Amino acid sequence: MRAPSGPDVAVGEVLLSVENVSLSFGGVKAVSDVSFDIRKGEIRAIIGPNGAGKTSMLNIINGFYHPQQGRITFKGMTRAKMRPYEAAYGGIARTFQNVALFRGMTALDNIMAGRSLKMHRGFFWQLLRHGPALEEEVEHRRRVEEIIDFLKIQEIRRTPVGRLPYGLQKRVELGRALAMEPDLLLLDEPMAGMNLEEKEDMSRFILDVNDHYGTTIALIEHDMGVVMDLSDRVVVLDHGVKIADGTPAQVKSDQAVIDAYLGVAH
Amino acid sequence: MAADAAAAADTFPKLLVRNARLFGARPAMRHKDLGIWQTWTWAEVLDLVRAYAVGLNRLGIKRGETVAIVGANRPKLYWSVMAVQMLGAVPVPVYADAVADELAYVLSHAEVRFAVVEDQEQVDKILAVMDRLPKLQEMIYDERRGLRDYDHTHLHPIDDVIEEGRKALADPEVAAWLDAEIEGGKGSDPSIILYTSGTTGVSKGVVLTGERSIVAASDSVRFDKLTEKDVALAYLPLAWVGDHYLNYAQGLVAGFCTACPENSDTAMQDLREIGPTFYFAPPRTLELLLTRVTIRMEDAGFLKRKMFHFFIDVARKYGERILNKEPVPIFGRLLYWLGELLVYGPLKNVLGFSKVRVAYTAGEAIGPDLFAFYRSIGLNLKQLYGQTEAFLYLTAQPDGQIYADTVGPVFPNVDIRIAEDGEVLFKSPGMFEGYFKDEQKTAEVMTPDGYVKTGDAGFFDEKTGHLKIIDRAKDVGRLNNGTLFPPKYIENKLKFYPNIREAVAYGDKRDFVAVMLNIDLTAVGSWAERNNVVYASYQELAQHPLVYDMIEKHVAEVNKSLAADKMMAGAQIKRFLILHKELDADDGELTRTQKVRRGFIAERYAPLIKALYGGAPEADIATEVTFEDGRKGVIKARVKIRDMKIEPASPAMGKAA
Repeated sequence: MRAPSGPDVAVGEVLLSVENVSLSFGGVKAVSDVSFDIRKGEIRAIIGPNGAGKTSMLNIINGFYHPQQGRITFKGMTRAKMRPYEAAYGGIARTFQNVALFRGMTALDNIMAGRSLKMHRGFFWQLLRHGPALEEEVEHRRRVEEIIDFLKIQEIRRTPVGRLPYGLQKRVELGRALAMEPDLLLLDEPMAGMNLEEKEDMSRFILDVNDHYGTTIALIEHDMGVVMDLSDRVVVLDHGVKIADGTPAQVKSDQAVIDAYLGVAH
Repeated sequence: MAADAAAAADTFPKLLVRNARLFGARPAMRHKDLGIWQTWTWAEVLDLVRAYAVGLNRLGIKRGETVAIVGANRPKLYWSVMAVQMLGAVPVPVYADAVADELAYVLSHAEVRFAVVEDQEQVDKILAVMDRLPKLQEMIYDERRGLRDYDHTHLHPIDDVIEEGRKALADPEVAAWLDAEIEGGKGSDPSIILYTSGTTGVSKGVVLTGERSIVAASDSVRFDKLTEKDVALAYLPLAWVGDHYLNYAQGLVAGFCTACPENSDTAMQDLREIGPTFYFAPPRTLELLLTRVTIRMEDAGFLKRKMFHFFIDVARKYGERILNKEPVPIFGRLLYWLGELLVYGPLKNVLGFSKVRVAYTAGEAIGPDLFAFYRSIGLNLKQLYGQTEAFLYLTAQPDGQIYADTVGPVFPNVDIRIAEDGEVLFKSPGMFEGYFKDEQKTAEVMTPDGYVKTGDAGFFDEKTGHLKIIDRAKDVGRLNNGTLFPPKYIENKLKFYPNIREAVAYGDKRDFVAVMLNIDLTAVGSWAERNNVVYASYQELAQHPLVYDMIEKHVAEVNKSLAADKMMAGAQIKRFLILHKELDADDGELTRTQKVRRGFIAERYAPLIKALYGGAPEADIATEVTFEDGRKGVIKARVKIRDMKIEPASPAMGKAA
């Protein structure tokens, strides 16, 4: 009996690619002529010093920001800009750096909210909670419970999210994103503010999501250990410009990356 | 009655067959999964277990061999115990939170070829120590998560094993064979081996037989009038004798329903949802519950707080007397009734105790205040005393004879004798066969006339005829001036305070008594919040001067209480310190059932002991700790020591023994 050796999700063709994308806010160039792609089934890390344009990049993919130049190709369709509902319907889900949950709602309800796009029965029937609407709700509840089981948050199902510690809030937000059954999951600094054990838990969940659900993952992260261990490929941004793109090993030894971000041991 | 009919069945599998016949449609087991409670009736359980047994047999399990069961309380693991017993093999449950070393010891000592485990965590632990387990061949697991990509040549999901068995069972010859196996099981054969966590030395495997277990369980089912309509929540470790007795054995004898919680974190919520009729909790759990209630009340609004304190006082005055069916003035009864409506009823509801008919606690001495509190709000809490070697019950308090400081009269059919040196000896219907593969230790623990030495020192109280336990016989020591020193007695007095989570007392062959304490993070953390004490870590909070002041007050009160007892007045606490880290079973400082290992702790914290007895005001200590995943680290601290005033001896007038 041997334990498994490593991630063995087959990495496929390109799921999303951005080409020559530039974004400015007035005089500030947040993103300058950046191009990279994300392949189906991989874990892609986007790293770089603060202010490099990583969150802006995610926001462009998601449709919150519209680039002045460039194209975004997702699942074969090319657009000059993405709209949030197009991204959501297309199967892109995300988490936020500062946790954007509905603080007064319970963890269960927050994750259920992630199922909204998949609820088809009309408002009126849902109000009555009758017949087909009830069946549908039960089915959604079952999916949500499976996610709760997956993330091991049973004991806080009915706790208002505002009362939860930061690490658990992040997990609930991950649950909400998973409830959308996304093809592409965007994680904005999922490990921020966590101690070693919490980081290990979150890393395990991210790997499990990639393995169990086959979800493609793009994550922004500062912890180099996490980036090296989890990701298949890495894109490095600095001052809005892409300075490296490759496997973790390649990127780690790239001189430009070392100068701009990683530094050397003394 | 179910208990009487049980006499005919002398093995647990036979009892299962009987239950399916007598109570086929009644719930036997419940489990909260994916947010809802799933139920299995006795008929369904019999069906499943039969298929499972056949499946296990096809994997190669033979009569008489040992099978390890590693995990928490889940239906499939209980059914594993039943299925293994059905084949005449011997289940060996192991604590789910055992570290790899402990697992390796038990599994290799018990010579298991098969192990049934709960999930990936247990599989990984066992794989990590495979080199020490040459006999282990196959592992069977419950939860599939994370195990999808593992090599399955010697790894099998329980569901598949049950499926295989079900298909095979379609053949009437196989069914007949299984029936014959069940009928052929002998009550005198070993039915389970329970490894006891040792407070000193290595664990020993206690071998119990079906016949004796069922006779003992029938006695207690009769004692507490348990029936098939009762419900219990199985939340204490499956490998612990208490769970095997109270839930498994009593459950099979009486036919009641055993509910398994979703996971250990949700146990309290699940308790409330299930509303058991029978409940057991070690004193520590009851303490924690009360602490949580007290903390929440401190945060409640003015009106609620006042109402709570007023009616708790009413309960203190009249509650226990009402529960004990003693005379109470009409006015008192009225107030109590009002209290039940407004406070005790809702409180019991929140804690999950609304339907509890009988509740027990055991394992350690319980604080008289704590005991009185629960009884005063109407929870029929009683004490019992026993050991794994006795298959639990040696003494238990019957309704109507409840005292905080005894463990009850001798249990029906049990024989207890006190040796010359005060050690408690017993013979009981459920007692063990011996220690597995250890004839020498078995002989050491028995007297020439067949009594088992419990290792506890105790005496029978003259007034009530109840047994009172002082301490572990070999732990009772003496100070250099001859004063009796029972460390547990002193530690318990300290632990009665919610702020003190753990206490370790030293004094044997020393000049005075010194204690090392652990603060309770929840209680003291909450106190810190209300008193504007800032801290960034447990270590910082534990060493805070204001925390020391608060703890000093508790220690002073304990000293006063000791001074009031003429035997104990000389054993007052002269110096104390607060440890910088919580004592932990993973570091070997506590047993798996949370009992302190005084000797081990003394070695580990030798610099602190030296400072305590050397008179230093503080000491430096560096301790190695083990994280949950097995990695090790070092924690350094400078621990402060406080001196205490010794109260003059002043025995109180007319107190009960």
